Amino acid sequence: MAEAVHTTMEHPASAHAALQHHFENMEQQREAGTLGMWIFLVTEIMFFGGMFMAYILYRSYNADAFAAASNRLNVTMGFINTIVLICSSLTMALAVYYSQVGKRKMIVVMLILTMMLGTTFLVVKAFEYYDKYEKSEIPGRLFPSRPFNWYAEEEHGKQVTQEPARDAATERNPQAVPTGQEQKPDASFASRAEMFFFIYFAMTGIHALHMVIGIGMLIVLTIMAWRDRFSPEYHSPVELGGLYWHFVDIVWIFLFPLLYLLGAHGISGGH
Amino acid sequence: MIDAASMGGDLPVVPPKDNYINRAYSIKSWLLTKDHKRIAILYLITITFFFFLGGAFAVMIRLELLTPASDLVQPETYNKFFTMHGVVMIFLFLIPSVPATLGNFLVPLMIGAKDLAFPKINLLSWYILVIGGIFILYAVVAGGVDTGWTFYTPYSSTYSNTYVMAAAIGVFITGFSSILTGLNFIVTIHTMRAPGMTWYRLPLFIWSHYATSLIMVLGTPVVAVTILLVGLERVFRVGIFDPAIGGDPILFQHLFWFYSHPAVYIMLLPGMGVISELITAFSRKNMFGYKFVAYASLGIAIYGFLVWGHHMFTSGQSIYGSLVFSFLTYFVAIPSAIKVFNWTATLYRGSISYDTPMLYALGFIGFFLIGGTTGLFLAAIGLDIHVHDTYFVVAHFHYIMVGGTVMAYLGGLHYWWPKLTGRMYPEGWARLSALIIFVGFNLTFFPQFVVGYMGMPRRYAAYPDDPVWQMLNVLSTAGASILGAGYLLPMVYLPWSMRYGKYAPSNPWGATGLEWQTTSPPPTENFEETPVVTWEPYEYRPREEKVVVNKILPTD
Amino acid sequence: MNSLFLLRNFPLFPDEGSTVARNVDGLFFFITAVSAFFSVLIVAVIIYFFIRYRRRSETEAPQPIEGSNKLEITWTVIPFGLVMIMFLGGAYVYFTMARPPRDTMDIYVVGKQWMWKIQHPEGNREINELHVPVNTSIRLTMTTEDVIHSFYIPDFRIKQDVVPGRYTTMWFKATKPGKYQLFCAEYCGTNHSGMIGTIYVMEPADYEAWLSGGAAEGSLASQGQKVFQDLACNTCHRSDAQGRGPVLDGLFGKPVQIQGGQTLVADESYLRESILNPRAKLVMGFEPIMPTFQGQVSEEQLLQLIAYIKSLGAPGEQQQQGSINTPQQSNQRPTSVPTSAAGANRGGAPNSNQANTGAANQTRTPARQGNREQ
Repeated sequence: MAEAVHTTMEHPASAHAALQHHFENMEQQREAGTLGMWIFLVTEIMFFGGMFMAYILYRSYNADAFAAASNRLNVTMGFINTIVLICSSLTMALAVYYSQVGKRKMIVVMLILTMMLGTTFLVVKAFEYYDKYEKSEIPGRLFPSRPFNWYAEEEHGKQVTQEPARDAATERNPQAVPTGQEQKPDASFASRAEMFFFIYFAMTGIHALHMVIGIGMLIVLTIMAWRDRFSPEYHSPVELGGLYWHFVDIVWIFLFPLLYLLGAHGISGGH
Repeated sequence: MIDAASMGGDLPVVPPKDNYINRAYSIKSWLLTKDHKRIAILYLITITFFFFLGGAFAVMIRLELLTPASDLVQPETYNKFFTMHGVVMIFLFLIPSVPATLGNFLVPLMIGAKDLAFPKINLLSWYILVIGGIFILYAVVAGGVDTGWTFYTPYSSTYSNTYVMAAAIGVFITGFSSILTGLNFIVTIHTMRAPGMTWYRLPLFIWSHYATSLIMVLGTPVVAVTILLVGLERVFRVGIFDPAIGGDPILFQHLFWFYSHPAVYIMLLPGMGVISELITAFSRKNMFGYKFVAYASLGIAIYGFLVWGHHMFTSGQSIYGSLVFSFLTYFVAIPSAIKVFNWTATLYRGSISYDTPMLYALGFIGFFLIGGTTGLFLAAIGLDIHVHDTYFVVAHFHYIMVGGTVMAYLGGLHYWWPKLTGRMYPEGWARLSALIIFVGFNLTFFPQFVVGYMGMPRRYAAYPDDPVWQMLNVLSTAGASILGAGYLLPMVYLPWSMRYGKYAPSNPWGATGLEWQTTSPPPTENFEETPVVTWEPYEYRPREEKVVVNKILPTD
Repeated sequence: MNSLFLLRNFPLFPDEGSTVARNVDGLFFFITAVSAFFSVLIVAVIIYFFIRYRRRSETEAPQPIEGSNKLEITWTVIPFGLVMIMFLGGAYVYFTMARPPRDTMDIYVVGKQWMWKIQHPEGNREINELHVPVNTSIRLTMTTEDVIHSFYIPDFRIKQDVVPGRYTTMWFKATKPGKYQLFCAEYCGTNHSGMIGTIYVMEPADYEAWLSGGAAEGSLASQGQKVFQDLACNTCHRSDAQGRGPVLDGLFGKPVQIQGGQTLVADESYLRESILNPRAKLVMGFEPIMPTFQGQVSEEQLLQLIAYIKSLGAPGEQQQQGSINTPQQSNQRPTSVPTSAAGANRGGAPNSNQANTGAANQTRTPARQGNREQ
């Protein structure tokens, strides 16, 4: 950055229009933007890290309840969403590539594709949430939810309320338990299962919020691209947007196995 | 040789025609400014307000403790007082104190940049602090919070019936203010240094702010998510930290202290940076062991993340966990000691003047010695078991936070006051207030060590009716009133000097450092010309050979 | 050191009422001495420099000094060595605090906003008062019904947080009869500063006299036995190994193999968890059929149950229980439920029970249907 030192405080007329007044040159501005985004992503990692910490700790405390509760999630939808996000990362990467080579139309196309894939993710997520609502598996006391005691019900073959057909996965519960005994629903187990859903909603909810912010960001980028703001010399907004988008995808890549897959479909109730 | 003219000795000083203050006068020009210097002033006003708000709560606390019984206020009210004292002082004053005011003003100036890397984000972070502050103020006005600033669960999440949500949201929001400030500093220091300003030519103020920023960026998100979880638990009534339904209240403590211990260094490290500047400037010496001091800042920042468990020695964490945390805690003592030794050595064969900022620096070292060495008591597990959650701890962290950070903050404020405002403060009044603060502070907090070792627990509205305990508490309250007077004095003479003080020359102290190479107050763009640095940090002596060179290129 | 001993009698210094207090104070004086020495040294040097090198003319420009690696290493290594001594001292003192001797008298504490409820094994109950004999190692097993509290006796230099949902323990041995202040040290709400009490340290004879004055309800273990029967625990947890649950006799302090192959020791925390969250650590070979008792037993009843289960392993019962239980020979034990366990725990460390190492490991014979009493 030392090679071109301006002596006066105004940029020369030849400077790029997007160069902000306090940067010496485009190179410095791009460097600052990139570093800033990386540091921001580090703070995001720490932010999600706290929740991952809570998840891991409680999983180790309540392995059985978490495994059983995890079984209630729809793996197919989660898997579809994983694929959708991976595809969106690809289109985002292509958008960055086209911005580097300066193909305006392709940038716009790729950004719109990314947005569509992101929206798909959110729609699928909304269906999943709605499904949880239908099954009264929303934790907390704001929504009318049955106590999370389906585990005990299954074991003892009792139906407390009329509920939608069970997932195929939980039907596979291998443990046959002596029937015909009097047993109260296991409140302790239920509250631990509720905890799983709380963490599930907190983590996926905050992730979804990041997706929404990401889509808002993509809209701005698309408009900028449409107005031909980017060029091979100046495309760092697209790059930074790409970094953010990839980060959000990667968080999901961690969330999906942790919440949907880990220990869920084999060991459930395995005693 | 020190250039006499630059010191304002002989020539009459005239204020610069165009500077960041007189560029525009409208309120809008302040509230929508992107100039880091103006934002620093906004911060200065904001945190001064919160300082005196938090101080008012401290006054109530000390008055209540004059007598053993809880007679002035109900215990309920007392609990709200100490909670709001803590919340306001820590989140709205101490954490933004040095970095957001002096740091904001000086980081670009010291490295020869025109502004921070992200001016809009800088303004945003001030607004975020204000919004967070409004939430906390709402909690105060609506009826208060009584959880203690630590928000320990399950009391905060399940049992307290006070305005925990508003305060928690406020704390959550202010966290983002410091994240953004830290991010801005790191990027600025990395990418915007003037030509020739290598890492080892950076003032130690910058090194300490760099280390602080690392903590802000890495630690704050964790407390944000922790507070968020507490809030969600209160709203949804799901027991993430409630043991009755499978949660773990100790997990909250781990997550909370993972941030809040490093947060202590967010408050302290910038203060140490200020002291390094003061010691060198007022002894006209380069820093003894510059690199050791610089890396000590980073060392403190890094070790700060490894020692949070020392707040939990009595919580029932595993014996071996406690041992490891105790062991690592002692490592933090080393870089802190290195700093003190190097500051002392810098004075050797210096040319020491007794200007007000230097008095504050001296006070800082004294307080930091006491605060730091009592940290050694607390790190020894067997001893901490006894003094944990007593007034011994209260005295210890006030020596660090108030004796350390606030002294450094006031010292720095006086030192850079000419640069901030273009006026000199009245030296006599300033020395007097420094002296009053020194005496009042010791009288307030030293008795608390004694009563703490005798076993007086903190956060007690009433204490056993023991004449010795009461005597110590009365001493403490008497000291606090002296301390209060000491803090009020600058509130009077500093604003007074903005109108009636002498005009300040650009370098009234004859200090090195780029901020003194520009006018007082500086122009909006900071420098007439981008400076090129060819000298080592704190190069007071061989100035004849290496004068400031502003590399001049032909303009096009 | 004489002056230090004088300080111990000074009114600004707390009493030394327990065996660890002396160690803690010794550490305190050591760190004080080291800190004061260095602080005074540094301050003296600074003041000397301030006077010696004060600015004499405005144009003075002192010779720069870069620094000295030798000095830096010196003032890194010496403080490091000193703080390591402090660390070791702190760790040593901590170990004496954290590890109770084998032979302790167990007392149970339940914290609650804003009082301390205390149960003696003999069945005596107190609130905000604790009577203990002098020169006896007392071990407190503590929990709380609501928020976190902290049991703090300044004159004994001990403190332990009391955490909801789990047991924490602390121990002390009082050295002087007298009254000592008890505080709650962890902020616990409105009346935190009112959650205080008194420790009465008594001569053993006085203590016995005090004990005989209370305990209308029988010993803690017998109260626990009553709860055990009221909750019908004995339908499954039979002592003849014919029940659907593990045999509890002699269980306490023994290793237990749980599902997944881990082995852990059946201590108070494990028993507590197994009552409140039976599925969490299921004994190897048993079905997860036990319901939770969360919400059905109070913290105090839980402690009574645990005292009862502990008493089942007391040496007095030893001979009846026969030899080591192997999975195959598990049904040869007498069926009588021990009833006279009251006070048997007194002075006998649970760990001293050597004979029953296999008791917890036994595999249950297949559950027999139709043998239910419920």
